[in-house]
Amino acid sequence: MLKLLFRRIFLGGLTVIIVSMIIFGAVEMLPGDACTALLQQDARGETLKQCQEDLGLNRPSALRYMDWVDGAAKGDFGLTAHRNKKVSDLVGDRVKNSLLLGVCSLALGLPLAFAMGIAAALKRDRWLDLSVSSLAIVAMTIPEFVSATVLILIFSAWLGWLPGIVTASASSPLSAFFPEIILPVVVLSMVMTAHILRTVRSSMLEVLDSDYVRMATLKGVPYSRMIVRHVLPNALLPAINVVALTVAWLLGGVVVIETVFNYPGLGRLMVSAISDRDLGLVQAIALIVSCVYVTVNLSADILSLLANPRLRTSMGRKS
Amino acid sequence: MHKKRQFDMPMQTIIDIQNLTVGFTDKNGFERPVLRNIDLQIQRGETVGLVGESGSGKSTLALASMGYLKTGLRVFGGSAQFCGTDMFKLARTPLQALRGGKIALIPQNSGQSLTPTMRIGAQMSEALALHSALPQSAHVQRSLELLTRVRLPDPHAILTRYPHELSGGQQQRVAVAMALTGEPLALLLDEPTTGLDVTTQAHILELLREINEQTGTAMVYVSHDLGAIARVCERVVVLYAGEVVSDGIMRTVLRSPSHPYAHGLLASIPRLADARMPIPLDGRPPAPGEAGPACAFAPRCVLASERCQLERPPLRRLFNGEQVRCHFPEQTSSIECADSRVARVAKQSQVHPLKLDRLGVSYARPSLVDQLLGRDPNSTLTVQDVNLRIGAGETLALVGESGSGKSTILKAVAGLLAPACGSIAFADESALGAQVEQRSQSHLRKIQLIFQNPDDSLNPRHTVATILAQPLELYFKLTRAEVVERSISLLERVRLGAHYMDRLPSQMSGGEKQRVAIARAFAAEPDVILCDEVTSALDVSVQAAVLDLLDELRAERGTSYLFVSHDLAVVRALAHRVAVLYQGRLCEIGPSAAIYSQPLHPYTQVLLGAVLEPDPDHTPRLLANDVVESEPPKLGCPFQRRCPVHQGAACDRELPPWQHVDENHHIRCHIPLANLVQTLSAGKESIHA
Amino acid sequence: MKRIFEVLKEVASRPSGAIGLLLVLLHIAIAISSPWIVPYDFKAISALDILTPPDAKNLFGTDQMGRDVLTRTLLGGREAILVTAIATPIAVFWGGLLGIYLGLVGGRRDDVIMRIVDAFLSLPWILKMLLLIVTFGNGIHVLIPTLAFFYGIPVIRIARAAAHSVVARDYVLAARARGQKRLTIIRRELLPNVLDALMVEGAMRWSWMLLAFSSLSFLGFGVSPPTPDWGLMVADSRTFLPLAPWAGLFPIAFLSSLIIGINMLADALAKTLGVDRAQKAPI
Repeated sequence: MLKLLFRRIFLGGLTVIIVSMIIFGAVEMLPGDACTALLQQDARGETLKQCQEDLGLNRPSALRYMDWVDGAAKGDFGLTAHRNKKVSDLVGDRVKNSLLLGVCSLALGLPLAFAMGIAAALKRDRWLDLSVSSLAIVAMTIPEFVSATVLILIFSAWLGWLPGIVTASASSPLSAFFPEIILPVVVLSMVMTAHILRTVRSSMLEVLDSDYVRMATLKGVPYSRMIVRHVLPNALLPAINVVALTVAWLLGGVVVIETVFNYPGLGRLMVSAISDRDLGLVQAIALIVSCVYVTVNLSADILSLLANPRLRTSMGRKS
Repeated sequence: MHKKRQFDMPMQTIIDIQNLTVGFTDKNGFERPVLRNIDLQIQRGETVGLVGESGSGKSTLALASMGYLKTGLRVFGGSAQFCGTDMFKLARTPLQALRGGKIALIPQNSGQSLTPTMRIGAQMSEALALHSALPQSAHVQRSLELLTRVRLPDPHAILTRYPHELSGGQQQRVAVAMALTGEPLALLLDEPTTGLDVTTQAHILELLREINEQTGTAMVYVSHDLGAIARVCERVVVLYAGEVVSDGIMRTVLRSPSHPYAHGLLASIPRLADARMPIPLDGRPPAPGEAGPACAFAPRCVLASERCQLERPPLRRLFNGEQVRCHFPEQTSSIECADSRVARVAKQSQVHPLKLDRLGVSYARPSLVDQLLGRDPNSTLTVQDVNLRIGAGETLALVGESGSGKSTILKAVAGLLAPACGSIAFADESALGAQVEQRSQSHLRKIQLIFQNPDDSLNPRHTVATILAQPLELYFKLTRAEVVERSISLLERVRLGAHYMDRLPSQMSGGEKQRVAIARAFAAEPDVILCDEVTSALDVSVQAAVLDLLDELRAERGTSYLFVSHDLAVVRALAHRVAVLYQGRLCEIGPSAAIYSQPLHPYTQVLLGAVLEPDPDHTPRLLANDVVESEPPKLGCPFQRRCPVHQGAACDRELPPWQHVDENHHIRCHIPLANLVQTLSAGKESIHA
Repeated sequence: MKRIFEVLKEVASRPSGAIGLLLVLLHIAIAISSPWIVPYDFKAISALDILTPPDAKNLFGTDQMGRDVLTRTLLGGREAILVTAIATPIAVFWGGLLGIYLGLVGGRRDDVIMRIVDAFLSLPWILKMLLLIVTFGNGIHVLIPTLAFFYGIPVIRIARAAAHSVVARDYVLAARARGQKRLTIIRRELLPNVLDALMVEGAMRWSWMLLAFSSLSFLGFGVSPPTPDWGLMVADSRTFLPLAPWAGLFPIAFLSSLIIGINMLADALAKTLGVDRAQKAPI
């Protein structure tokens, strides 16, 4: 099994390397570079050439890629387009904030998703199931800005229970974000819960129909014990991977929510970096995000491996 | 051969099913019964076989005695009682106490029926907690006892394993052990040996007999396999279209059945001792819920009269004790058997359409590391050193159990798997390319395949016309009209009509689909057809018709068959020559008559000894244990670990030499021929002549 | 062809299918006919009539620039529906073809391409799209290929999985053993059986694409003002939302009803065709 683990880790690392190459390559191919962003209208002729030499932009791509990777490994991504701040400082704050958002959403959404998914499957095709499933579909497919807007309207504008906009700045301590963070967390977890719920439900239904659950019933196993010992362990295994995918998705979909609520997180930073053509910043954010994605997926894979007896034991143990 | 019964046991009815009718409501709102007016009483210690084909309702009946019905089914009338309690009216808690306790199920596919995330020990302990009064601390001890009881070697290790780590036979034994935890009064066995090897099956049935003899547990054995039932049951109940059509002691039902269906069924089963082709039963059983108000068997019955088409016969007791549902049971014994034919003799020819020379095949794929370093993946070959010659118009059968490599050889001949060494050549001496992509059009045409599962071998989206057109268009230059014409004539040849052209596979039965597959194979006008367990997925009564068709076509067209099967009786009926394989190596090859009457190789003897026959006086001989080997040994004879007449160092180290019984019959063994023949005639109680 | 009619008929017979079909067709009808049925000019500003609630003159009220909300809402779906309706079939086509091919061929090519696909999927969708848009502009000629490309990638996975389940079947083996060419096998054996899964996936893709399109517009990277678009309208209405909720709620209602309609349609389609709909993340 150790071999399997190493193989997974190796592949994960490989993915990160491929991704970094894609990011670097894509940014290379875009018209303009750090100098054009810095100099703007003055970016031509001698001034441009000089700038490029200063920043080392005239060296071959491969070398610059190595430099970048080398810096990234040490946590140094260079300076922003305006040469006034270190990328790592800027990004560091934002990562912290986005993490807060993410963790709160997970804490709210995961238990809810599992509970509702399991309940819906156990009461298949009855009112509970139908309403939960329909709600899940709605939550999944309606754009986040729609749900955010509606929630702001109801809870902030009409009822006045919660603030609709985040006023704290990027470098504020985490506590400053409450209670403004509540609405964004709710919207974020809505979407996440919906996805996970549906997978859990579908997996539960499949297991409930299986031969071994039928056998457990015919063995006289009481209902509650059957669910806990025979159904859940088998049904929840596939859900691990979906949770990972959803968590990874969180990183992307969070952009809209941060914009709506004015939350100073990584998503908003990314949008403004792109608008400003701050390529160094964009590269850094992209790399960080994909590393997180790969790590989360890797953890999910490893967790699956540990939890699923079929994957754990090699076939050679058959006697 | 009857089991010893504990004569001091009171006669007591433990399962009492009275007038039970079970069914479902279809989408138009009509009630469709799956079981109709079933009356069945089972006494303590009695072993009853429930026989029927697909759609007969046998599984439903067995499970109903536990008060369990598949989703969608409900009780329309009658009752099912266990020890006086109506199982369908019982509350949940007492029902759970009985199930798995006093009445326990041994399921069909134990691999799927054991929870994958729980270790065997945990599952046994669960059963003990539910159905025995033992304290937790005594569970391990008791589990070990039970596992030993079912003859599992190394029970300590088994307790710590997960279900997927056990072989099929081991899983089945674990299922038996679990069913015994509550010291049941009745065991329900739902096709418990389907899918298991011949030797494994024989061993499990012996185990069941033992358990019945020692504990007096009643058994309800559901199966379509009359051979298995003959071994375990003293009473046989035959089900057809949801009704009991015959119920009597096993000897009577199997030797001189009074119901035409039972008669026809028995005649259609190929027998080991009988080289004759089984007699097919025309038509097919009605689908669940489809039977009409009259006798369900009338459309297929030789004795059917007008009365049978109008009036449903009641179940009545004959003078010999058998209960029969028929208007004319006395006439059954006079049903004449159609002239029993022998497999038509192939013309002895010097032409061999196919020659396999020292063929070796491996499934191992070199890993990335090996490829980079140019290393040879040093694993033993799945199939090794196979030499075969198939004559024109002859059927050569490949027999063996799982792991014998018979399907692997077929795949290699078909070009789906590249051989690791050796060659495959055609009559004209041209070598066959290793894989399909490397073969010429004419070579491809000359070798065709028929698969085991008709549900899988036909594209569900294609009509029969499209399916037949594919080989025709690929291999011949024909106009549209010619393709249609040929397709229709092919359909007629396989005894389906032109009206099948527009049908989709979902609109046909298993037997019909297999005939289409046969037509498709013959459309290419091949020299050799590779048959991979082509009748194993079919109902018994349908199987005979398909075998008959195959043989007819072979004789007519001069095509050869390379026929793979695990069913030795089927092979007896169809094959001219037989090759016996063990772990991918040839053991014995020769004319089927010789091999079946005088099996010389120790493995052939083991195999033939374990076969079950639907014959009350037949006793299988268990010569070797049923260990399933995952890999052949690196050196020496492949059978060395299980051989009952193992000779010592020679068998372990050297490959056995070929010995020639005559010019057509060869065997690989270290034991000299003379000795083998001697031991054979010495131990000859029930070798089939 | 005949099959498509039969499938549609059965879909319409289910309640979810009937409602879904109705909503989708309604929206398409509105999108096509709106330039001719709208009461006002969508650009027409009126300083006097800012943020008026719905009344006889403006059925849906006016926005912060005095523009008629009804007009803008009816027109607001045109670009979204046009772009996504074109991009979806393209995405399903190219993703499906590649996925089926990979499912059939397996081996090294499969491994390598799936690695690259995985790497791609690890980048947030919005990043990828924004990069392209910001570089090449946000006209239809950029949006359609961009959406078609990025949303085709998950289709590869689905098609590949569907192909895998078919490729192991005996009838595909039979075709191979006969010596049928690979392309013929894909066309005759795989495609008809994979098509069902692709159709359902296509419907779902459309709804994800609408989501992406409207989100992009919301952020200011999609449609350019003054062209009316639902996403843009919601973004514009944010500042004054408590005062004039109608400016945001009507476009929200229209967008949501279209998306829900597509989903109900996809659901009914999946049930009719017997396809399993366990959903993963959209990208």
